[in-house]
Amino acid sequence: MSLLEVGNLTRRFGSLVAVNDVSLSVETGELRAVIGPNGAGKTTFFNLISGMMSPSAGTIRLDGADITALPAHKRVALGIARTFQVTEIFPELSVRENLLIPVEVAAGLRLAPWLSRSRAQEIAARVDELLAMGGLAAMSDRLAGELSHGDQRATEIMMALALKPRLLLLDEPTAGMGDQETRDVVRLIRRLHKSENLAIVLIEHDMRVVFGLADRIMVLAEGAVLAEGTPADIAANELVQTAYLGSAA
Amino acid sequence: MTFLKNYGVTLLVWVVLLAVPFWFPYVGGYTGLGTRTIVMALAAMSVNFLLGFTGVLSFGHAAYLGLGAYGAGMTIKYLLPSTPLGLLIGVLAGTLGAMAIGAMIVRLRGVYFAMVTIAFGQVFYFIAFRWSSVTGGDDGLTGWKRVPLDLGFTRIDILGNDVAFYYFCLVCLAASAGIMALLLRSPFGRTLLAIRENERRARFLGISVDQHIWLSFVISAAFASLAGVLYAYLDNFVDPRAFHWQQSGEFVIMVVLGGMRSFWGPLIGAAIFEVLQDKLSSFTDNWMSLLGLFFVLVVVFFPRGVLGAFGRKPTP
Repeated sequence: MSLLEVGNLTRRFGSLVAVNDVSLSVETGELRAVIGPNGAGKTTFFNLISGMMSPSAGTIRLDGADITALPAHKRVALGIARTFQVTEIFPELSVRENLLIPVEVAAGLRLAPWLSRSRAQEIAARVDELLAMGGLAAMSDRLAGELSHGDQRATEIMMALALKPRLLLLDEPTAGMGDQETRDVVRLIRRLHKSENLAIVLIEHDMRVVFGLADRIMVLAEGAVLAEGTPADIAANELVQTAYLGSAA
Repeated sequence: MTFLKNYGVTLLVWVVLLAVPFWFPYVGGYTGLGTRTIVMALAAMSVNFLLGFTGVLSFGHAAYLGLGAYGAGMTIKYLLPSTPLGLLIGVLAGTLGAMAIGAMIVRLRGVYFAMVTIAFGQVFYFIAFRWSSVTGGDDGLTGWKRVPLDLGFTRIDILGNDVAFYYFCLVCLAASAGIMALLLRSPFGRTLLAIRENERRARFLGISVDQHIWLSFVISAAFASLAGVLYAYLDNFVDPRAFHWQQSGEFVIMVVLGGMRSFWGPLIGAAIFEVLQDKLSSFTDNWMSLLGLFFVLVVVFFPRGVLGAFGRKPTP
């Protein structure tokens, strides 16, 4: 049984079919990339998996359990975390507080009106660990909104990771970044993928990033799966060459 | 030093508040005005719990002020002349009202939420206005008085002694402020800040946003209804204007005047509002236009409110 099993997922907006009969299965430990030209339905596909919108048809299973109808926050509780194409953080809170909130939620404390001293110390230790892992320790007391674009991205990824997800969805993690920032984020993703027991699915436009990171690649075009396979398969696939890589390169 | 830095403002606030009956008369005030100020400050702080720390604007908190006020007044008038019982029933009435109304409106956001809160406030206003056999209608609920507190070992004359009643209200304010401050520093409080900062991010961190906004709304309304109880006790009187949306608007003005990201801002805003109203209305009927001008100046020159202009760190 796969960790994530998406079956014949379809989403229509009026007459537009944004996601058309897409199936996908992802195993724990896998790093999967989803690529495709603009408007191919990649982000809509993420929105369906994470529960931001519901599909017109099809099923989504996590560990065999049908989660197609669950609201977003309950999917998070089951282990699906995501980041967004445009970074979503808490700009007027410190970096530490940005990580503290998901750590407390993951510890089942979101409704707690009070915290024992020992529990607060455990939580703080976990936050410190995440700060260090994300390379954010030096800026932990600064407001998250004041950080550089790359550090805000790292903050957002670590917030998602603070939830101890089993499936991490990254929507264009290197969008709008310079070379150095891109390399830093790629290194961070690779490290997390190795150290944490999870599956990562990422949408990405930067082909160096995709071919450098992914175990397998799914290519979407006009909402449908165009090709699926290892980076070598995809690079050699003529359909992909003409539809996507050819025009992009 | 760190203690002073972290708690300096709070310490100063409490020293000033504790000494109000001693210094306020020398600057042209009187104890009754001081009491009115802290009661309105409690209501404004409750509005700010929702607006400043959850990011949700209620334009109808007078509904809970009124439920608390009528709940307390009617308890003493019809049920049992007991100050604590009136307080308990008043707060319960406001809180239960907020639970029911909150459940209906919690999915709405922004201006839609604000409009519906106004509408519910006006529903109560017209009930209080029309149902005169029970509420006294336009003339207000009269013919009852707050009762001196009997603590068993001693009796506190909050009825005859203005200063004693001021301290009674101050104890209520202290307890409320303490609870709100503790909640805002808890994991639950941080989820509210998260919702204020970025609702989508909060939802995708696994926070059940509607549920948390509902809780914040109910907590906020509970303190607004406590303010309502004290408001009724202050003059031994309550009329339908306690429910009116103009009253709700005044709370929002107090919050914005004082600074909505700061914990004590609404207290400062309420003090400015009440004192200006008291002083200006004694020499002109058009005091509201002067207050309006002052409000505009504050918003233009101190967009984060009077208190927000000083401290940068907005946490309580």
